[in-house]
Amino acid sequence: MELSEREVAEAAVKAGASADEIMKKMAEHKGCETNSDGGKKASCGTEAGQNDLAPEIWEKVKNHPCYSEEAHHHYARMHVAVAPACNIQCNYCNRKYDCANESRPGVVSERLTPEQAAKKVLAVASTIPQMTVLGIAGPGDPLANPEKTFKTFDLIAKTAPDIKLCLSTNGLTLPDHVDTIARYNVDHVTITVNMVDAEVGAKIYPWIFYKHKRYTGKEAAQILTDRQMQGLEMLTARGILSKINSVMIPGVNDQHLVEVNKAVKSRGAFLHNIMPLISAAEHGTVFGLTGQRGPTAQELKRLQDSCEGEMNMMRHCRQCRADAVGLLGEDRSAEFTTEKIMEMDVNYDLATRQAYQARVEEERLAVSGAKANELQILAGVESDIKILIAVATKGSGRINEHFGHAAEFQIYELSTGKGAHFIGHRRVDLYCQGGYGEEDALETVIRAIKDCHAVFVAKIGGCPKKDLLAAGIEAVDEFAHEFIEKSAITYFKRYLEGVKDGSIIHVEKGDAEIRPGEVAVDVAAVAAE
Amino acid sequence: MSLKIAASCVNCSACEPECPNEAISAADGIYVIDPAKCTECIGFHDDPQCALICPIEETCVIDNNYPRYQPAA
Repeated sequence: MELSEREVAEAAVKAGASADEIMKKMAEHKGCETNSDGGKKASCGTEAGQNDLAPEIWEKVKNHPCYSEEAHHHYARMHVAVAPACNIQCNYCNRKYDCANESRPGVVSERLTPEQAAKKVLAVASTIPQMTVLGIAGPGDPLANPEKTFKTFDLIAKTAPDIKLCLSTNGLTLPDHVDTIARYNVDHVTITVNMVDAEVGAKIYPWIFYKHKRYTGKEAAQILTDRQMQGLEMLTARGILSKINSVMIPGVNDQHLVEVNKAVKSRGAFLHNIMPLISAAEHGTVFGLTGQRGPTAQELKRLQDSCEGEMNMMRHCRQCRADAVGLLGEDRSAEFTTEKIMEMDVNYDLATRQAYQARVEEERLAVSGAKANELQILAGVESDIKILIAVATKGSGRINEHFGHAAEFQIYELSTGKGAHFIGHRRVDLYCQGGYGEEDALETVIRAIKDCHAVFVAKIGGCPKKDLLAAGIEAVDEFAHEFIEKSAITYFKRYLEGVKDGSIIHVEKGDAEIRPGEVAVDVAAVAAE
Repeated sequence: MSLKIAASCVNCSACEPECPNEAISAADGIYVIDPAKCTECIGFHDDPQCALICPIEETCVIDNNYPRYQPAA
């Protein structure tokens, strides 16, 4: 008897198969191989996630990797690059840049028509069943391309109605489109707000194009901020969740972002994502060419911390491309080029997706259950000491990456108050610079995690271990393949005991670089400023 | 005169929907302006819309090979 796909999927779920096993079974059933990168399928959380969110909000964000830090370990997103036009100019953006190897917003390999985008979404949804979110984020501004953007949403809403739609905009034309956004059930909108003061804005935006005129200077910035705030208020009034992205530009808007935070919070923004300026001369942006630096790791953290009391802060943003595909921190877009998609025989299969996601939810519950126990380890211990650790992981919430293979490190702050608290990540891979030798690689990693007391890895060689120690970073491999938080807390408890009995002398660490491969920030010079 | 688009065009398409004369279309890797249709936005706007929204400097510019557009009396 020939089983239906749904029956195969359900049988696999009943038999207790893991999410990857379900995909494999479904692939066998269809007589094809999956192209899954099993190791990269993360399935663990660091935050309980639900926190103190109202149930209806939690329902909206729980499977959205950008709106829930906890969800980003489980669910993937994709961007389709259907919106090339833009109506403003930003000093951190260069519209000339098209690069396959670079990872930052506004960069894409190829642009798509709405029809190509719709096919790509189906292809990705069938291959990556935990892809729950489709975003349009450029490479220009989605709402400067309203026809292409809404046509894409229209096609996807018809063929893949379970996929959440979201968009990211500069906000200039947002008030004109809020009703259309609501009509397409787009319930997540990101607005990039870098200032609420035209003086500051004039240093970030050379011009805007608005109502058939080009405006410059403070006049341009005033129109932009007015329209952004109006759009935000309109979204809030319609119950559409909004995330605010802010680019932190030291000396330009860094202190001012505290004010931005208050302004957007008071207008009902749900989440604030303060991102470091990415700026290097080779990007050809105005800031890159003028030598404007990005923030150091600790500058960024201090600003995020100072806003955290005000509202939810996003710290897991990878500042991805406008054509990114996959879990945050991975990019599988190369598997889905237009050429490959057009050859694919796509069969959108809701049953497999649902079966897979049901399994993901079970894994997710098990992880948050385990987390409650982990905090018990620190019960009764109190200290003012906080330390950072870096973790090499390829997902599953475990310390499961070899030191030398890690493209990024996740950073946790350890304290007796919060246990192990995820605060961000550091990129240590190099883009568009032709690679680098092993010694340079180690140097890059040290620059990225110099503010950490330890780096947790699945494995590490003797030489790098020694070099790290010389830089004041302990390489910890005794927790290989164990859960990150439990291991971190165990380590921290032992650290505090060592400080207490005098066997460990606690020292405050310095600063670090967020993307040392791309941005040469002289941390020592910054400290001296 | 008409406007023209230089090879430095990044193909962003921003100009196309702004043209009141539907004079702009996609060509091989860049956009092009049909000088027979272009009125430099005279009669529609104060300034040529394509030049105002173009993100690349010196890319969407007046083409001196054509005489100044004369609106019908």
